Amino acid sequence: MSAGDDVAVVGVGIHVFGRHDGVTGLEMGAIAARRALADAGITWQDVDFAAGGSDAAGNADTSVSILGLTGVPFINVKNGCATGGSALTTAHAMLVSGAADLALVVGFDKHPRGAFNPLPEDWGIGSWYGETGLMLTTQFFALKIRRYMEEHGITESTLAKVAAKAFANGARNENAWRRTPLSEQEILSSRMVNHPLTQYMFCSPGEGAVALVLARSRRIRELARVPVYLRSVAFRTRRFGSFEVFSPSIPIESAPSATTEAAAAAFEEAGIGPGDVDVAQIQDTESGAEVMHLAETGLCEHGEQESLIQSGGTELHGRLPINTDGGCLACGEPIGASGLRQVHEVVLQMRGDAGERQVAKHCRVGFTQVYGAPGVSACTVLTV
Amino acid sequence: MTKTRQFRLIDPELIGGTEQVPRLIGSVCAGCGTVTFPRQRSCPRCTSEDVQPRELAIRGELWSWTIQCFAPKAPPYLPGGVEEFEPYGVGYVELPGEVRVEARLTESDPERLRIGMSMELTLIPVPGASDTLTFAFRPVEEDE
Repeated sequence: MSAGDDVAVVGVGIHVFGRHDGVTGLEMGAIAARRALADAGITWQDVDFAAGGSDAAGNADTSVSILGLTGVPFINVKNGCATGGSALTTAHAMLVSGAADLALVVGFDKHPRGAFNPLPEDWGIGSWYGETGLMLTTQFFALKIRRYMEEHGITESTLAKVAAKAFANGARNENAWRRTPLSEQEILSSRMVNHPLTQYMFCSPGEGAVALVLARSRRIRELARVPVYLRSVAFRTRRFGSFEVFSPSIPIESAPSATTEAAAAAFEEAGIGPGDVDVAQIQDTESGAEVMHLAETGLCEHGEQESLIQSGGTELHGRLPINTDGGCLACGEPIGASGLRQVHEVVLQMRGDAGERQVAKHCRVGFTQVYGAPGVSACTVLTV
Repeated sequence: MTKTRQFRLIDPELIGGTEQVPRLIGSVCAGCGTVTFPRQRSCPRCTSEDVQPRELAIRGELWSWTIQCFAPKAPPYLPGGVEEFEPYGVGYVELPGEVRVEARLTESDPERLRIGMSMELTLIPVPGASDTLTFAFRPVEEDE
């Protein structure tokens, strides 16, 4: 990419995550959008491209009836947990191609209480799968981490430490949902959900919204904010042999996950290696996902998580702070918003604006990764 | 499947053999030999459409496992299954040289499940629909 094609995040906005009776997902999205525009120092009329999505809270482009009918092209995306990453991919491509100068990306959601209840037919599987009791994302994560623990020597204590860190960070984040710190013992002794994963090792479906303003080349310098450059966005679906959610069978021949491929592509496009990353937000639908995604993204070796996490290496003062805003575990999972929340947090950390949870080290390279059903992942590399 | 008494299968596309010795019906690609379950009309590995049905092995090894400790939502679970919910085991069983199949396990005690143990295909009533059978795997003794 030439210097003239630079794309930067120049504004971020968030609507607090949690439960918000009486506020629609679209309204939360519009609130986040207005905050991102104000943060960038621009108006909605300045935006010449928009992309956004939600999984369960309506059509993102309906936001124009709240924000203003400016005629802006607005593309809706719907890609499971990678919805935010897909919207970002779309906007990034429009800016790089020169088709737009200032883009708004918005993601929001509002889910009912309790576990998600996806229907097998929507995922290309017969109704027998749901009736037999196999159509649960929590089962997949448990089955994947159980095997991973056996192969790579990960302990249950490490799973608990991931959750304890999330809640400690969430306690320092005014936009998080779960803000009460929990001890490793409290997490291990909470209700068993799917062995080896307990209640507090899982995130819950929730509500919230995030918006980002992206700018291209010369427009970046006209704006007041310290730009955080979006060096790459890579999006991948699964290959034959990867172990993904909602799989009635998996091949014996194994292949890298969608996350591994998306991360490698994002690093290659950015010309930056995973060893250069100073701060990262990775998908922690549950504790085991954070452990596995750490290695799948290349941020550490398979098996290295045990010593990295046990030694505090992924905490705010550690050598590789992970999910500094509390991640999905503390913020909850409004599907359409999660991927953009990760970028929002990395931008704050890289600007030095993360307040009480600002990491100890100076951040020059940031990284994000989302993962979703039925095997999609989007990763970004950001620099200042 | 040969019927010996009144029951219905959750999905006749999935299960063949007999009630005593059921077999899962997968498919095999004529081009690259890839085995899938359930049966697919094209090969996910090489994209060939020359794919034939195949009865899969009935024994394999437990590749991973968990216990489902809360009642799934209905739908997609059956309302009766929610009412009579008891925790149940779920796992992937590796059928040698074929594929790893996800299934209910007849064992739901975490102390009695371990990766690598021998498992055999069986049929169990669908929770909430006792006249309907679905497939599951049960632990087998090494000398069984």
